[in-house]
Amino acid sequence: MSTVIEMQGLRKEFTVRVRAGRLRRAKRTVAAVDGVDLAVPRGELLGYIGPNGAGKSTTLKMLTGILTPTAGTVRVCGLVPVPQRTRLARRIGVVFGQRSLLWWDLPLRDSFDLLRHIYRVPAAGHAARLRRCRSLLELDGLLDTPVRQLSLGQRMRGEITAALLHGPEVLFLDEPTIGLDVVSKQAVRGFLAELGAAGETTVVLTTHDLNDIEKLCRRLVVIDNGRVVHDGSLAQLHQRYGSTRQVVVDLDEPPAEPVTVPGARLVSTGSDGRRLTYALAGAEAGELVARLAGAGALRDLTVLEPAIEDVVTRLYTDR
Amino acid sequence: MGLVTATAARDTSSNPFAQIRGYGALVRSGFRRYATYRQATVAGAATNTVFGFLRCYVMLAVAAGAGGVAAGYRGDQLATYVWFGQGLLAVVLLWGWSDLADRIRTGEVATDLLRPIHPVALYLATDLGRAGYATLFRLLPPVLVGLLVFDFYLPGRPGTWPLFALATLLAVVICFACRFLVNATAYWLLDIRGVTVAWALGSSVLGGLYFPLRFLPAPVAAALYLGTPFPSIIQIPLDVLVERDPAPVQVGLVGVQAVWAAVLLGACQVVQRRAERRLVIQGG
Repeated sequence: MSTVIEMQGLRKEFTVRVRAGRLRRAKRTVAAVDGVDLAVPRGELLGYIGPNGAGKSTTLKMLTGILTPTAGTVRVCGLVPVPQRTRLARRIGVVFGQRSLLWWDLPLRDSFDLLRHIYRVPAAGHAARLRRCRSLLELDGLLDTPVRQLSLGQRMRGEITAALLHGPEVLFLDEPTIGLDVVSKQAVRGFLAELGAAGETTVVLTTHDLNDIEKLCRRLVVIDNGRVVHDGSLAQLHQRYGSTRQVVVDLDEPPAEPVTVPGARLVSTGSDGRRLTYALAGAEAGELVARLAGAGALRDLTVLEPAIEDVVTRLYTDR
Repeated sequence: MGLVTATAARDTSSNPFAQIRGYGALVRSGFRRYATYRQATVAGAATNTVFGFLRCYVMLAVAAGAGGVAAGYRGDQLATYVWFGQGLLAVVLLWGWSDLADRIRTGEVATDLLRPIHPVALYLATDLGRAGYATLFRLLPPVLVGLLVFDFYLPGRPGTWPLFALATLLAVVICFACRFLVNATAYWLLDIRGVTVAWALGSSVLGGLYFPLRFLPAPVAAALYLGTPFPSIIQIPLDVLVERDPAPVQVGLVGVQAVWAAVLLGACQVVQRRAERRLVIQGG
């Protein structure tokens, strides 16, 4: 599978001036991105997360060519973003949750039409893509409304459409669900999931909403203080930070003797001895449940998935 | 499920017709964007008309005081000068454009850089559309009012109208480039109020809006025409229109404008390139 995005030793420093006396100001250099190596193959849906100020947006700006790296190399679609920015712009789509790529005073329909001319996309392909977006993102009622009169959720659906109308190879999404209500979030996620499933567009998603990641991304890159601290699947992240699934059973009677299964650990026993909680570290839930059912009458059963928030909180605070 | 896919044909990018259509669409969008604000248009045209009366009476008094001809302009020429000037200042948009500076300050400028068009071309095309709208709805109303009330000088030479149209187009480009440069200082300064005040004062006094620059001693006027872009914005198109000078000088003045347009657009490119190199997108 070909690589669409490649970063090697990518670094961006900013100079911050801080007060160092009544009149004097001292210069301090801060590395927002500090040596990131990353390769993204075509068609991948990559989650790029990290706490505030970790360097997510800075990375995205370097990938899209609007910020010059201090050091390191970066290639997107085989192009070097900053010197080849306008060429690259035809091949990528960008959605900034906090900024708009649409024209404030124009209705959505006019914005979309203008984008077709700016990107010089053949009319047929543009119309086909617009049709799909209209039905999947339910845009039909909004097309004649000026962008300034759209709600945030409506505008975001318009933004995503605008970013896709020229058929980009890579779609960069910087917090696309920020500030959206549950229904709008679902609409955006559902749409991105289908886009990811089609497998032709590479998607890089930065977000603070971990549900986005859980529902959409097979690969997760966690960045902190400008460095990559995790690159792998969500399951690997759980494994690495020791978060496990838990099985909670309610029995009619406390078991006569402790039930043990290799790879499952008894975490707690209720005060009456009838509620048992096991942490699964390698064992299958089915095996444990079968043994428990054999030990006494099983009344109720719950399997708790590890919460991604817990893992990420640990990751962010264990610095 | 076949969704939005990455199969767009991209070989149209080098097609010059597609390029022209792209810019054409931007020009139309500029026209439509300004057409949205109708009340502002009415208010602007009304204000310019009211000030037209004030300025016109002052100029006619000056001409009368000078014995009918002031600095080479007759009274009817001055009336034409004033009323077209009142419209022209909205067509070139002398004051009140801070779109780029605002976008730099808020970081929105990042989205301009993500479009597959050079930012200067993007803003210029939109501005030409705006100027088209202003020609219809900001230039014509004060001129029609002035024509009804005052004795106008209308051009006698056949080439004057097309030359005036060209001079106006160049004036729009020059004024746009100046505004772009003024706004672009926000890349370095963030707050451009001081620069804006200097520009507003310089462009209107030295541009010939308040009084024709020919009222000044000849060497001073010549230095302003050749050494600064300001007279190219208001004074030169109006001098062409009222046929203040013989035909060859008319053409020469438009030539001066063309040089200024080229120089200033070049400066915009250079400044934009520098700015991009040191760009920090504000606000994350």
